[in-house]
Parts: sequence; structure tokens; C-alpha cells
Amino acid sequence: MKFVLDAEQRLFGETLDKLLAGAGTPGAVRAWSAGEPEPGLALWRSLAGAGVFALAVPESAGGAGPLPVELVTAFHELGRHAAPGPLAETVAAAVLLDRLGGPGEDRDRGFTEFAAGWLPRIAGGAAVVSLALPPAVPYALDAGVADLVLVVDGDELREAAPGTPMTSLDPARRLCRPAPGAVLATGPEVRRAAAAAYGMGVLACAAQLVGVGRRLLEVTVEYAAARRQFGRPVGEFQAVKHHLADVLVGLEYARPLVHGAALSYGSPDFPRDASAGKAAASEAAYAAARIALQVHGAIGYTDEYDPSLWIRKARALHSAWGSPADHRARVIASLTTG
Amino acid sequence: MDLDLSSVEPFRAEVRDWLRAHVPDPPPPSLETEEGFTAHRAWERELAGARLSVVSWPARYGGRDATPLEWLVFEEEYYAAGAPGRVSQNGINLLAPTLFRHGTPEQLDRVLPPMASGEEIWAQAWSEPGAGSDLAALRATATRVDGGWLLNGQKTWSSRAAFADRGFGLFRSDPEAGRHRGLTYAMFPLEAEGVTRRPIGRIDGKPAFAELFLDDVFVPDRDVIGAPGEGWKVAMSTAGNERGLTLRSPGRFLAAADRLLALWRERADPADTALRDRVADAWIKARAYRLKGFETISRTEDVGAEASINKIFWSELDVALHETALDLLGPDGELDGDWLEGYVFSLAGPIYAGTNEIQRNVVAERVLGLPRDRS
Ligand SMILES: Cc1cc2nc3c(=O)[nH]c(=O)nc-3n(C[C@H](O)[C@H](O)[C@H](O)COP(=O)(O)OP(=O)(O)OC[C@H]3O[C@@H](n4cnc5c(N)ncnc54)[C@H](O)[C@@H]3O)c2cc1C
Repeated sequence: MKFVLDAEQRLFGETLDKLLAGAGTPGAVRAWSAGEPEPGLALWRSLAGAGVFALAVPESAGGAGPLPVELVTAFHELGRHAAPGPLAETVAAAVLLDRLGGPGEDRDRGFTEFAAGWLPRIAGGAAVVSLALPPAVPYALDAGVADLVLVVDGDELREAAPGTPMTSLDPARRLCRPAPGAVLATGPEVRRAAAAAYGMGVLACAAQLVGVGRRLLEVTVEYAAARRQFGRPVGEFQAVKHHLADVLVGLEYARPLVHGAALSYGSPDFPRDASAGKAAASEAAYAAARIALQVHGAIGYTDEYDPSLWIRKARALHSAWGSPADHRARVIASLTTG
Repeated sequence: MDLDLSSVEPFRAEVRDWLRAHVPDPPPPSLETEEGFTAHRAWERELAGARLSVVSWPARYGGRDATPLEWLVFEEEYYAAGAPGRVSQNGINLLAPTLFRHGTPEQLDRVLPPMASGEEIWAQAWSEPGAGSDLAALRATATRVDGGWLLNGQKTWSSRAAFADRGFGLFRSDPEAGRHRGLTYAMFPLEAEGVTRRPIGRIDGKPAFAELFLDDVFVPDRDVIGAPGEGWKVAMSTAGNERGLTLRSPGRFLAAADRLLALWRERADPADTALRDRVADAWIKARAYRLKGFETISRTEDVGAEASINKIFWSELDVALHETALDLLGPDGELDGDWLEGYVFSLAGPIYAGTNEIQRNVVAERVLGLPRDRS
């Protein structure tokens, strides 16, 4: 047993880290927030080139997946760099499309063709997809820039128009209440596929949160060592040290839960494990954001200083793809039934 | 010991009736925007017209000589009515107490009435890029000239200074003196020649504070508060006001806790006892803060460093209360709205008015008497 990333997986993470660091991601995030998606979409294509979206698309449909461990490795880096766009939504949509349209006897021909059209485009980075899975995911993130918007309503999967975007605390997130259009698939299988898609979104979002928290810890440690008050770095004060140590403790015990969930992907324990990871990641990343803000002081409370990109995202993702309360309830439900 | 509020009921009723008839609906735009600032200034004028803008001040400056208890009751009614945030708060809560203690009669007569009416809105200009928690590290200077002083240097994080009329701050007038000495407390116009203001967006982008660059800004002697060189003492003698009750009165949290309860009734899953407990805690703590407020005003001695206990309590209550609201809202919590605005505002509470880390040091050392840290 070796419950750590192997050399290849680590290298994959490092490659993405370099790619995102070299691409001026904070600038792309700010442009995205200002309604100029092009730099973010260029980044999206580079990420696809590095194989990120293919991780959620099966080989039979032009991808390389499912590779959940690689996927959480990628989403960790996407979080660390605050990459914009419907990232978790797109990989969740890939699962939805594959479940409903992949090989199988009872498949609806029309939908199989539909899925076979979109899945390779997702894997290759040519399609940005958003989706809403009410009630936990009632809005379609960045639907305005998506090539495809999907909405599941009970037993029905529909294609949707983006709808009007609403302002989020994280300006890089435009939440849209999609306007449902043509029915793409119906029946109990839609519900099951939606549940699988939700699990994937939860896993991706949890990994992203751990990455967000990590980056906040990194920049805050750096800041505390550099910022001087009373003739010394503020990181010399125990109150500051203890805050940061607590953040590390939280993150260090969220990450293994997320990795553990990646390993149980596809097993009956996966929904429970993904929820455990998401609840812990939400709390740890949000705590990292609160402390990052507190230790930066007033400068951390400004829009123009880059930590705000992560501070805002941590709060938004905390309750995206199910709140910690939702996920705790799912953990308990799975432990007390069946 | 009693908790008999009957003597203030007539006053409470008057305030309640007036607010019911006058609180703007819909509320004005956010206080932290230019248009919101203008709308809130107009509201200050309306409040002042009813002599409700500064109830605790003497009548000659626009107040009603209200007792501390009446003031607490005013605040309860004010926030319960959902009345707008106070755009004049830094003048009323920070500068005015300093003037009452150290100002000349001429200064009081000249500065207070337009502050009470909202005609002149004041910005606090204490912090500098290198002087936050360590305020005494400030470097902006006041240089003696004929009839007054020339101010130079940079101030920052000055709340609403992008739109305010005047600033008050500390300046180093004797560079030879020690850190806490040789500072002078001065009031200065923000429209003046030599003042450059750069608005800074807070974390949600609203221009809530500003950076100020001062280049030979002239201040006449009459705008210095207290003796030149005594600015630190002048500032510290009333800094407790910011941490005590005045800056954030119990009324604000009582009203917010009531709104939280209403939200819980409307949105909560009754099976979610963790959220239920947090709603209950918000209400319990708001009540604790109220009762503690009654205790504070009933005491005769100066609360001194104990004000720091208050500051920790209200600022952490405010964050917890708003986090609970966002959690109740679930996926809607990140969306623009009153709760999000309140949440963003609450996040700054543990930072301004002395960070909570500094406050805990103060409580541990000056209230509990633990050995002092060497800093
Ligand atoms: C919304 C907002 C409005 C503001 N409005 C105004 C205003 O109107 N006018 C004005 O003058 N200023 C204003 N301020 C500035 C405020 O007073 C400062 O932010 C505050 O004094 C802290 O300074 P700093 O931000 O430089 O943080 P720093 O002092 O750099 O502190 C950084 C971190 O180190 C910690 N730290 C520092 N010293 C110690 C210590 N000895 N022990 C333990 N921990 C320590 C702090 O607690 C903090 O966590 C405002 C700030 C905010 C956020």
C-alpha cells in the first residue's frame, strides 16, 4: 500500500502548476470577472492540452478516464491557481453524458449520438459545459460562456439557455438560472446519472477547495514573514503562528479524505467518501480564507491585492456543490441506512 | 440590581414612531459607493432635523443630552427599524469624543454642528502603509510654519475618505522625539490643495476606503486638537470609544439576530440542528451583548482596557451571525444581497479598530495582568 501520489501523478501536478503559473492566471481571472473570457478560454484549451478534461471522459469516447486520482491532482492545482470557469461542472457533465449515452443495451440512440458528439469535444477542450443539478446545484456556473448548458429536473435532462447571470461574492463566478429547453433524456436512469455526475462535481470541487486553501496558506505564510510591525515580522507573534498552524492542520486532514474518495470512485462507498471530503475541504479552505484575511489585515480586504481571488472563491466554493451541512447529512444517511 | 427600562419607554416610543414614518423604503444604495454615500448624507440631514443624529450630545451641538441608557435604546430602535448605516459614524464615534475631551470651545462650536447634520462628513486618517497595528510607527509629518502646520506623507485605509469632506489624523511633528512622542493630532480638509485621494476597492470591489497623499497641506493652529506633540495621548484617551460600545452598539446585533431568526424560520431544514444551534447562539450572544452593555453603562469607573473584551465579542459575533445566514442560504449565500453585504462588512470587524490579536494581547496583559510580551 502506498497512500501517496506516485511519481507520475506528482509530475502531472507539477506540470499543471507550471502551466498555470506561466499563463498569468490571476490576470485571466480578473479578465473573466470583467466579462472578457478570452484569456480564460485560452487557459482552458491549454489545460485540455495537458489532459485535464480527458481525465473525466472514458477512452471509448475520446478521453483517458475515468482517472479520479489524476483528476483530484489536477483540480488541486486549478484551485491553487484560482483558475476560472465551470471546471467541476464540465467534468460532472462528462460523467452525466457518458452514463446516459455510453455503451449499453437500453440506450436511447438519439442521446447516444448526442453524447458521442460532446464527449470528445469536452476531452479536447473544445467544449465548455455548464450544468445545474437542483437542489444542491441550482444555478449553472458561467453558463454564458458555455458551449452547452444542461439541467436535470427530476427524471428529465434538458438542454438549457444560459439565463441571466447573477452577481456572486466571487466575481469570477457568474451564476445563471438556466432556462430549460428541449428534453434530451427522461426516465429513472437520468436520476442515477445525475447522482453520479453530482459525485464527480463534489469530488472535483473538494479537490479545488483544498488547492484554494493551500495557496492561501502559502501566500499568508510568505506575507507574515515579510510584513513588519513593532520592528519584527508579524509572523513572529504567536497569535499569528498559531492561526497559520491551525490552517495547516485543517488542510492536512482534508486532503487525505479527498484522495480517499478518489480511490473509492465507482464503489458504493464513493458518495459517502466524496461527501466526507467535501465537508472537510469546505471547512479547511474557508478557515484558510478567514485566517489569510485576518493575517493580511486591511490589505487582504482589498479587491486589488491578489489574495482576494482565493478568499472570495473559498467562501463561494464552501457552499457550492452542496454545503458542508448537506454533505454531513449524506455521510450520516449512508452510515445509518442499508 | 434591576433591569427596569420603563423610564425610557416614552423616548423609545417617540424614536420608533419617527423611524417608522421616515426610514427610507427601499433602502438607499450601499454606503460604500458614491451614490450610496450621497443618499446616506441626505438621510443624516433628515435624522438631524428630528434631532436624532447624535442624541447623546449636548443640545447646543445638535443633540438631546440623552443618557447612555437612552442612547442604547435609540440604537435598538434604529437598527430594529432597518434604518440606514451611519455614514457619519467615524466623526461621531471617534472624532467627537476626542473633541469633547480635548477640544477648545471654539472647535466644538465650529466642528460639531455640521458633523451632526451630515453637512461635513469625517474620515479617520490614522493608518499608514507601514503603521497599522503599530500605529506609533507612523511617518506622515506636520512641519511648523507661520500660523499653523504643513502636513506631508501618506495615509491609507481611510474609510469613505474618497467621498468625505474632512480628515483627522496623527502626524509626526518632532522627528527627534521617541515613537509615541512628538505626534500632533490635526484636522484637515480633504478637498484642499495638496491632497490626492485614491479610492481603494474593498474585497467586493466597492470603494469603501481610500489612500491619501498629502503634499504640503496647510492646517491652521485652530485645527490642532490638544497640544502639539501630545497627539498620542489625545488619540489614545478616546481610542477606547472605538472598542467600547459606541462604535457597534448592541442594537445592531439584536436586530441582526432577529433577522437571522426570521431567515431560519423561512429557510431552515428543522432536522438541521447544527444550524439551529448557531441561530440560537447568535440570539444568545446578542442578548449577552445587550445585557453587558447595560452593565457597562451602569458602572461608574472608566472601562479602560476592558473595552477590548467588547471589541472581540461584537466583531466575532458579527462574523458568526452572518456566516450562519450564508449557510442557511446554502447555494444562494454567495449571491449579492443584504446578507452578503452584511457578511462582507462583518469580515473587517476583527481587523479594524485594533485587530483582535492585538485586543487579545491587551486583555491578557492589561486586564488579566499576565506578564507583558517584549514587543
Ligand atoms: C474595513 C476597514 C476599514 C478601515 N478604516 C480605517 C480608517 O477609517 N482609518 C484608519 O486610519 N484606518 C482604517 N483601517 C485600518 C485598520 O486600522 C488597520 O487595518 C489595523 O490597524 C491593522 O493594521 P494592518 O492592516 O496594517 O495589519 P498589520 O498591523 O500589518 O497586522 C497584520 C497581522 O499581524 C497581526 N499582528 C500585528 N501585531 C501583532 C502583535 N503585536 N501581536 C499579535 N499579532 C499581531 C495582526 O493582528 C494581523 O493579523 C481600516 C481597516 C479596514 C479593514
